[in-house]
Amino acid sequence: MPTLMHLYPLTGAALVGLGLYGIVTLRHPLRQLLAVNVVGAGIFLILGGLGRGTASTDPFPQALVITGIVVAVALTAFGAALVVRVAEEERARDDTAAVEATGDSA
Amino acid sequence: MSPLDLLVAVPLALMIAAVLLGSRGRLLLLAAIPVMAGLTVWLLLLPEGTAHIVGDWNLPLGILLRADGVAQLLVAATSACASIIGLYALREFAPGPSGSETAHGYAFWPLFYLLWGGANAGFLTTDLFNLYVALEMVSLAAVAMAAMGSLRAALQYFVVALVGSLAYLLGVALLFANYATVDITLLAGTARPDLATKVALAVMTAGLLIKAAVFPLHGWLPPAHAAAPAPASALLSAIVVKVGFVILLRLWFEAFPAIVAPAALDVLGWLGALAVLYGSIQAIRQETLKALVAYSTVAQIGYLLLAFPLVVTAAGSDRAWAGMTIHAIAHMLAKAAMFLAAGLMLKAVNGHRLEDLSGLVRVMPLTVAAFGLAAISLMGLPPSAGFIAKFLLLEAALEQGAVFQAAILLVGGLMAAVYLFNPLSRTFAGRDTPVTEAKDTLQTAAPLALGLLAVSLGFAGQAMVDISAGVSQAGPPAAAVGEVP
Amino acid sequence: MTLAFDLILCLMIVGTAAAALLTHNALAAIVFFIVFGNLLGLAWLAMNAVNVAMAEIAIGAGITGVLLILTRQRLMALGDDLISAETPGWLRAGAVLACTGLTALVGSAVLSVAPADDLGGPIAALLPELGIENPVTGVLLAFRAYDTLLETFVLLGALVAVWSLAPGNAWPRPPASLNLAESGGGSVAQAFGRLLLPLALVMAAYLVWAGSDFPGGAFQAGTVLAGGLIIAAIGGAVAWPRADNSILRAVLVLGPGVFLIIGLAGIALGRFLFYPPGFAKAMIVAIEYSLALSIGATLALLLAGRSVAPDHRS
Repeated sequence: MPTLMHLYPLTGAALVGLGLYGIVTLRHPLRQLLAVNVVGAGIFLILGGLGRGTASTDPFPQALVITGIVVAVALTAFGAALVVRVAEEERARDDTAAVEATGDSA
Repeated sequence: MSPLDLLVAVPLALMIAAVLLGSRGRLLLLAAIPVMAGLTVWLLLLPEGTAHIVGDWNLPLGILLRADGVAQLLVAATSACASIIGLYALREFAPGPSGSETAHGYAFWPLFYLLWGGANAGFLTTDLFNLYVALEMVSLAAVAMAAMGSLRAALQYFVVALVGSLAYLLGVALLFANYATVDITLLAGTARPDLATKVALAVMTAGLLIKAAVFPLHGWLPPAHAAAPAPASALLSAIVVKVGFVILLRLWFEAFPAIVAPAALDVLGWLGALAVLYGSIQAIRQETLKALVAYSTVAQIGYLLLAFPLVVTAAGSDRAWAGMTIHAIAHMLAKAAMFLAAGLMLKAVNGHRLEDLSGLVRVMPLTVAAFGLAAISLMGLPPSAGFIAKFLLLEAALEQGAVFQAAILLVGGLMAAVYLFNPLSRTFAGRDTPVTEAKDTLQTAAPLALGLLAVSLGFAGQAMVDISAGVSQAGPPAAAVGEVP
Repeated sequence: MTLAFDLILCLMIVGTAAAALLTHNALAAIVFFIVFGNLLGLAWLAMNAVNVAMAEIAIGAGITGVLLILTRQRLMALGDDLISAETPGWLRAGAVLACTGLTALVGSAVLSVAPADDLGGPIAALLPELGIENPVTGVLLAFRAYDTLLETFVLLGALVAVWSLAPGNAWPRPPASLNLAESGGGSVAQAFGRLLLPLALVMAAYLVWAGSDFPGGAFQAGTVLAGGLIIAAIGGAVAWPRADNSILRAVLVLGPGVFLIIGLAGIALGRFLFYPPGFAKAMIVAIEYSLALSIGATLALLLAGRSVAPDHRS
C-alpha cells in the first residue's frame, strides 16, 4: 500500500525509466554515459529509500549505496577516457585519409 | 585459514605488486601459478558444502563464502585457464624493445589479476551485492583488455556491460528492500512469489543474459572477442562470460527455485536453443578465424541455457546439472585453447582470414593440433570433457522426453563440426606464400596444454559429476546465521 | 521535512534528469546533471542519510560533473561537436513505450514493498563492539568490509584501465595539464590552489577522523583530497607525475594494500578481515586514513586522464 515514504523510491523508479530512455535514444557515447549515471542514481534511491523507518534510515543499504556510487564513478571515468580515445583514433584516421586523398590528387 | 578467501586475496595482492612493479613484474606469474594451483587443490579437497563468513559478522549483515560443486569446478578451471593464458601472455605483454615499459605491457598484468580475483570472488560468494562488485571487477578488466584490440568494439562492450550490471543492481535493490537480505542461502528459505521478487528476478536475469551474451543479447560479443589480443580474447571467452552464467544459476536454482515457473525456464531453454542455432550458423558464415571462434562462443553459451529446463525437472536433473556445469568448464578450457592457437596461427601468416591458414599444418603442427583438440571438445566428440557434458545433457533430455532439446544438442554438435572443420581443413591445403613463424616454446605449449586438458578431462568424467553434485541447497550453515531476523 | 518540500524536490530531481537527457546542448546537459546530483544530495539529507548525501554531492555530482566537463572539453578539442545524432521516430516511440512500461513495473514493485529500517537495530547493537558510532562506517569497514575491499580494487583497476588507453608514444608521460580556467583565471587558480591543497588535506584528515562517529569517512575524505589536488593542478601548484613514478604507484596502492594486509592478518587470528576485539576501531581508522590518501590520488588521476604524447600537450 502506497505511503508518503514511497515518494523517493518512486522517484528512483522514474529515473530508471528516464535514464534507460536516454541510453536507448541518445547516440553520443558521452551522453549515454550520463544517462547510465541517471539510472544508477535511480537504483540508489530505490535501495536507500525503501530502507527508511519511521525515525531512521537503515545504514546497511546506505553503505551499499556509497559502494555503488564509488563503483559508478570508477566505471564512468574509464568510460569517459575510452570515449575520448575512440574520438582521437577516428580523428587520426580521418586525417590520414585526408592526407592520402590530397596526395593522390597532387 | 581457508582457500575461500585466499583465492581472492592472493590475486589482489598480486595486482598490487603488478601495479608497483610494472611490466618487470610480469614474472610474478611464475610465483602466482604454484600458489594458486595449491589453493585450488585445497579447495577441491574441502569437504562438501564447506562455508564460512568473512570477518566476525554473521548473516544477514556479513558475507558468506562457500565451496559448492559449481564454485569448485569453475574456480579450478579458471585457475588452469588463467595460469596457462598468463604464460602465453608473458611474451605478448612484455617490456618494449629497449626494455622500456609500454602502456599495454604495464596495464595488462594488474587487470589480469583483477579479473582472476574478481572471477574467483564471484564463484565463491553467496551474497548478491558482493556478486555485483565482483561482476564489475571482471567487467572492468574485460573491457580494458578488449580495448587493447579494438577501441570501438570495447566502447560498445562497455555500454552494454554497464547496462547489464545496472539491471542486475536494480534487482538486488528490490530484493534487499523486500527481504532485508541479499544472501542467496537466506533468500532460499524465505522466497515469496510476490511482485517485487518477480520484477527483481526478471530484470536481473535480463541483465545477466546481456553479460553472458545470450542470443539475442549477444551483439557486443563477437566484435569485442574477435578484435582483442589473443590472451585477452581467451580470458574473455573462457572466464568472463561464465561469471554472469554462474549468477544466473545462483538465482534460478538456489535462491528462487521454489517460485520459478516452469514456463520461465522453458523460455530460457528456447533462448539457449536459438543461441546454439544462430551462433553456429554465423560461425559457419564467418570468413575470419577469430570471428568464427567468437561466434562459436555465442553458440556454446546456448547449451548452458538449453539445460535450464532440464535441470529443474526432478527426473534426471542431477545429470542435467552435472552436464551443464561440466559444459561450462569444458568450454572454458577448449575456447581458451582455441583462441590462443588462433592467435599463433594468425600471427604466423600475418592475416586474419580462413584462407590465410592454408598449409599451416606443416609449419606449426603442434598449434594446429591444439586447435584440433579444442575442436574435439567443442564438437562433443569422445573422450573429451565436452563429450561428457553433451552426453549427460542428452541422457537427461531423452529421459525426460525432451525431444526438442535432444535434437538441438545433436544438430549443434554437427554444426560445430562444420564450422570447425573448415579452418582445420584449410591448414592442410597447399601454400605458396612463406610463413613467418616466431618460435616460442611457451606460446606453442600453452594452447596445446589447454587442448589436452579439455580432451583428457573426459576421463575424469565421474569425478567431475561427483564434484558438481556438491550443492548445498540445504541453506546456510547454522553457525553462520545470526539472531537477526 | 514537509510533504510539499519532498514533493517539489522529487519533481525537480526528475525534471533536471529529464533536461540533462533531452537537451541538445551537451554543456547544458552536463550542467543539468550536476544540479541533478546536488538535488539528489538534498534528497538523501531529507531521508536522514547524511553519509550518502555527502558521497552523492562530492562524488556523484562533483567528481562525475568535473569529469564530464573535462571530457567534453577534450572531445571538443578533437573536433567532436557532441551532437547526439537524431534517432528515428519509431525508435523513440518504442523507447517511450518500453521505458514507461519499465517505470510502471519497477514503480509497482516499489509500491508493493513497505519501507522499513530492518537492520538498523541489529547494527546499532553491534557498534559498541567496534568502538565507533557512525553505523554507515561500521557497515562499510566491518560488516561489509569485503565489499569495500573489492571496491577499492575496482577503483585502482579503473585507473590502470584508463592508463592502458595511452597511445604507444605517450607512455609513461604524465597526463595533459588541466586548463579549466579560461585565460586570465590562471593566477587566481594558482593562488587558490596553493591555499586550498593544505586546507583540503586538513579537511580530509578531519573527515576520516570524524567518520568513525559522525558522518564522513574515507570516500568523502578522498574526494575532498582529490578536489584539492585538481584545483592545485589547474593553478599549476602541483604537476601531474609520470605514470611510472614509483612514489605515485606506492600512494595508489597504499590504501588497498593496507586494507588487504589487515584482512590477511585477520586470518592469523581467526578469519579473513577479522578485527581482534578491542582493536577494531584502530584498524578501521588505519584503513580509512590510507584509503583516503589512495582514493584522493586515484580520483584526481582519473580526472587527469591517461598519458599524452608530447605534441598533444596543451
